[in-house]
Amino acid sequence: MKRFAMGQKYTSAIHEVGSVTERPFIEIRNLSKSYRRDSFEIPVLRNISFVVAEGDFVAFMGPSGSGKTTLLNLIAGLDKPTEGRILIAGTDITELNETELAVWRSRSVGFIFQFYNLIPVLTAVENVELPLMLTPLAKKERRAHAETALRIVGLGDRTQHYPRQLSGGQEQRVAIARAIATDPAILVADEPTGDLDKASAEEVLELMDRLNRELRKTILMVTHDPRAAEKARSVRNLEKGELI
Amino acid sequence: MELLRLLLRNALRHKLRSVLTVLGVSIAVMAFALLRTVVTAWHAGVDASAANRLITRHAISFVFPLPLAYKNRIEQVPGVERVTYAVWFSGVYIDKNQFFARLAVDSETFFDLYPEFVIDKEQFEAFRRERNACVIGIDLVRRYNLKIGDIMNVEGDAFPGQWEFVVRAIYRPRDQTVDPANMLFHYNYVQERVRQEMPQRSGLVGWYIERISKSANPADVSEAVDGLFENSHAETKTETERAFQQNFLSSASAVITAMNVMSFVIIGIILLVVGNTMIMSARERTHEYAVLKALGFSWPQLFFLIAGESFILSLAGSALGLLVTFPAVQGFRSALPKGWFPIFYIKPETIVFGCAAGLFVGLAASIIPMRRILNTRIVEGLRHVG
Repeated sequence: MKRFAMGQKYTSAIHEVGSVTERPFIEIRNLSKSYRRDSFEIPVLRNISFVVAEGDFVAFMGPSGSGKTTLLNLIAGLDKPTEGRILIAGTDITELNETELAVWRSRSVGFIFQFYNLIPVLTAVENVELPLMLTPLAKKERRAHAETALRIVGLGDRTQHYPRQLSGGQEQRVAIARAIATDPAILVADEPTGDLDKASAEEVLELMDRLNRELRKTILMVTHDPRAAEKARSVRNLEKGELI
Repeated sequence: MELLRLLLRNALRHKLRSVLTVLGVSIAVMAFALLRTVVTAWHAGVDASAANRLITRHAISFVFPLPLAYKNRIEQVPGVERVTYAVWFSGVYIDKNQFFARLAVDSETFFDLYPEFVIDKEQFEAFRRERNACVIGIDLVRRYNLKIGDIMNVEGDAFPGQWEFVVRAIYRPRDQTVDPANMLFHYNYVQERVRQEMPQRSGLVGWYIERISKSANPADVSEAVDGLFENSHAETKTETERAFQQNFLSSASAVITAMNVMSFVIIGIILLVVGNTMIMSARERTHEYAVLKALGFSWPQLFFLIAGESFILSLAGSALGLLVTFPAVQGFRSALPKGWFPIFYIKPETIVFGCAAGLFVGLAASIIPMRRILNTRIVEGLRHVG
């Protein structure tokens, strides 16, 4: 996967036309997850296996409680499976401890949440800078990267706005800028349009599509919205914790 | 953007709550410092005690006098360099509610043993020459607007009658631990009248003060002095000046202990105030901390954010509290009857204690929220609604 060198502009890569390679990038093997509630064992995912190619855009669909978000959280390294393996670019992330997993997430995954999850006391550019603080970039370089990311999402003129001064669509675009700021290989999006009106949702989906096509980001998206799923290259349906 | 900026903005996110927390801490720190200052004032005599001075008093009680004739015998004890004596005169000057110590002293020796009373040479000579002259502390000069040559009429109680003294010298305390509000006059002047009006009380002193040589062991000298008067009609008890002062304090030890305990209870109160704020803040931001953890922020960085906010609130409160302590101590002192605490100042240790309390509270108050945040799984934190 192409990564941005220091100082290289995102915009130079954005015109490149991306493609899906056939090489498995994400490999899920016999993945199961269950939660304990008091003395009850509640299975959420049952023996799931699949692969995602590099540069793919996969939408996970299914009814509430089908395990979509749990699956996304496991692939993103936010949670640990009960059984099974998750290999991403050759790294078995189920073998990593919490600290290693945190470092891996900071380098490999960009997060897009349904409710944006921006820090309200930080401006748009400061929010985008947050993940860059975990990189060795200098202060000025971090700021430059964050501003570039905001320009990519079309918010170059909103850098000093606080989240409360932005619309829902704009907030989600700041969240997307934050997700791509460190140039991660994978973007995980949990209902990215779930809190947006139709027009804003369309803008966000269009942006994600561009990130997939032009920046060749591998995108995993959980959604209830069939129109959102249409933007994905492939759709996988879950029901009662199983892929169907 | 630096983490410090996020920390500062977090600290000011709920301005009213932060301001109330800082005020709460500052009031508690002020109360802590005020109590410590009162305890310090109580111990002032002990702190001012010289290591090379012994006090010899009547073995039964301080209120019983000793014969003046003991002086020559005490002077013969090995290790004793110089001996002086004093009598508690008491009496009333202007207002009986305004207390200050009035002592009849041996003017030839007393000031040699108490170099902490700094007196101008000429004034001291004038005092020595005049039989009813007195030396007063600078605090009495300010309190009663006195000057050299003024007459001080004291109504005697332990030594009945009207007593007239002329101010001939003013002493300045060598440092803050020395009482600046004493009135000292000639023992011989008092004795002149005592011999005429109360002959049975003549030739008696309240207590002796001995300066011992550097090589002398205070315990040995004390034992030797007391051994001189064993089985006499006025047996003595000799002890170091520090022990003598501490005996005075023992009568108020319960009050002092209560104040000591209270001062540390106050630190506990500060801890609860800041701890409560930090727990509320952390609970409200569970979601945000989960986002930071998801982004890859490590526990030291989260600790910096949480503990840093706690430190800012507690240290701001401590700084404000200590700042307010200075006028509060002055106000407290003014509100007390004059002379209650002649030595009343904020010790540097009190400031250090206040700052240390702020640091301790800052750290301790962040432990519970920190544990909560670290123990909350990211996926649970992301689901949390603050």
